[in-house]
Amino acid sequence: MEADVLLRAENLEKHFPVTEGLVLMRTVGRVRAVDGISFEVRRGRTLALVGESGCGKTTTAKLVLRLETPTGGTISMEGQDIHALSGQGLRRFRTQVQAVFQDPWSSLSPRMRVAEIVAEPLVVNKNVSRGEARQRVLELLNDVGLRPEQADLFPHEFSGGQRQRIAMASALSVAPALIVLDEPVSALDVSVQAQIMNLLRDLQAQHDVSYLMVSHNLATVRYLAHEVAVMYLGEIVERAETDDLYEHPLHPYTQALFSSALPAHPAQQRDEVMIQGEPPSPLDPPSGCRFHPRCPFAKAVCAEVAPEWKEETPGHFVACHLY
Amino acid sequence: MSETANSAGLGGNVVLDVHELQTHLFTKWGTTRAVDGVSFRIHEGETLGLVGESGSGKSMTVLSLLRLLPEAARIVGGRILLDGDDVVQMGMADVRRIRGRKMSMILQDPQTALNPVFTVGNQLMESIAAHRGSNGTRESRANVKKRALEVLRMMGVAAPERRLSDYPHQMSGGMKQRVVGGIAIESQPRLLIADEPTTSLDVTIQAQYLRLLKQVQRETGVAILFITHDMGVVARMCDRVAVMYAGRIVEQGSVQEIFDAPSHPYTQALLGSIPRMEERVARLTTIEGQPPALYALPRGCRFAVRCPHAHDRCEEAYPADFTGPGGHTAACWLLEETWKPMSS
Repeated sequence: MEADVLLRAENLEKHFPVTEGLVLMRTVGRVRAVDGISFEVRRGRTLALVGESGCGKTTTAKLVLRLETPTGGTISMEGQDIHALSGQGLRRFRTQVQAVFQDPWSSLSPRMRVAEIVAEPLVVNKNVSRGEARQRVLELLNDVGLRPEQADLFPHEFSGGQRQRIAMASALSVAPALIVLDEPVSALDVSVQAQIMNLLRDLQAQHDVSYLMVSHNLATVRYLAHEVAVMYLGEIVERAETDDLYEHPLHPYTQALFSSALPAHPAQQRDEVMIQGEPPSPLDPPSGCRFHPRCPFAKAVCAEVAPEWKEETPGHFVACHLY
Repeated sequence: MSETANSAGLGGNVVLDVHELQTHLFTKWGTTRAVDGVSFRIHEGETLGLVGESGSGKSMTVLSLLRLLPEAARIVGGRILLDGDDVVQMGMADVRRIRGRKMSMILQDPQTALNPVFTVGNQLMESIAAHRGSNGTRESRANVKKRALEVLRMMGVAAPERRLSDYPHQMSGGMKQRVVGGIAIESQPRLLIADEPTTSLDVTIQAQYLRLLKQVQRETGVAILFITHDMGVVARMCDRVAVMYAGRIVEQGSVQEIFDAPSHPYTQALLGSIPRMEERVARLTTIEGQPPALYALPRGCRFAVRCPHAHDRCEEAYPADFTGPGGHTAACWLLEETWKPMSS
């Protein structure tokens, strides 16, 4: 198992200071966006981070991409702390990790042709000339289901689904080990979502790449992810293999999240674990278990002691006093 | 079956009767038939889901109902009867009188629906005052405020007295959408148009909001036209569904019929392309290709080029509407043998 691990986050923490005043900025609090989480991404597999807005999933993705610096904990890839990299090591890291974002209208430069967009990571990170990159670009376009003559068009000539294909081709150009997918299909139409989800699966098998996916769509996650980590207020509350998690959700928050999801059929009735209210502010998270003020099963201990991680069944981890 | 009988014989009066609505866009590149012969009805207390992908014409249909069309667009045919009065024929003064009173709307994004520089109480009370023709006396102002508190309580806003003086940025997305909903239902409209009201909300908040809308509908009997592309929302909220494709409704029926026996190949493909939370499907079916451009529509069926069952006839003539079990209708030549032609 150990050899399979591509990326490991340990006690990862990102606190943003909240300041007051324009000149003498005083720190008056800290937003605990990510507050001590640990996870692994395995080779050729997909880990999904799910949760609602403000749970810290996007901040986690940014930390993995080195777009943010952690205030605690480490992320290591092949045994090296990615935030300690510099020079040659950093250049190598840039070719190993790529990203595809939610909105294909704003993530592609409108002034570059498709061939330039796809070749950009190669040219920047691998000192390949644009001429040499051309052949590679055409192969990649073929892999993502676009035609060679489309290489010289501009992004505005494509639909949303096609743009997302271009973004995938660009990400794959440097043969990365990991692609961070931030809500990769949520901006697309339903029938196009299916095309892109199938493509993501095919490309994973073909290029042997790992995905770290951030999503709030539970059905999409079920289709694409091998493992899922559920986040709430900056913490991971449950983590398991996808099928195991969906069939036996243990944490009351996971159960509530699943029962709030919309049905696939009108006749379908769920045993609803409705939770009331909205998540509290990560500026001042509740004591003990952070879910306790909204939890229908909360006990006295939940307000006082933060629950420990337990491996309830093999490979299924949960942080809850009920177990 | 019980559900079908229920929606067919819902008993209530027809609130909205849209008949052969045609709204075209006149641009310098030519005429775009954005809405091209759309017909549907909604009864009291009923929710109709209008489902379609981008460019299918669902938003143009809604803008036509409210007569809020952009300058380039014009209603070129059909009727929109709201409680028997034709909105198409009305003068703008009359249209303004029914907007917000008999027919109101909840938009997708509560962030942009509310004005950031006024308190939510101010905005809610402004619309109450406008609907009631409040004369600004102390007594009428007190009544307006009382009604505002009532509306917020109805929308499940806790401590409404405190919330009235909040600015939009002080509220969460779900709370703002409750205020927007409150403004929409305040005047006890006959028809509420909800245009993807929960897409920008989190799942747990979405579940709360949909439940609340249902509850408001039970209490007031308002008819709801729910615009969405999310079949999950349809399954949870709607009594009947109309599926739009390239400017026309291709299939219409009770929510059970549509999910259990989708009859138009487009509806079938649409349902097959949705991943499920309950099981990991082996592979999602996809619809190859893209919808036709609305300024260059084919003569025949608009779905024919993407349809796995298309034959010669589909390219020659646009299919007639056929009626199947339980008042279910679909426009597809495949149904000619088994379903009855629809009398208009």
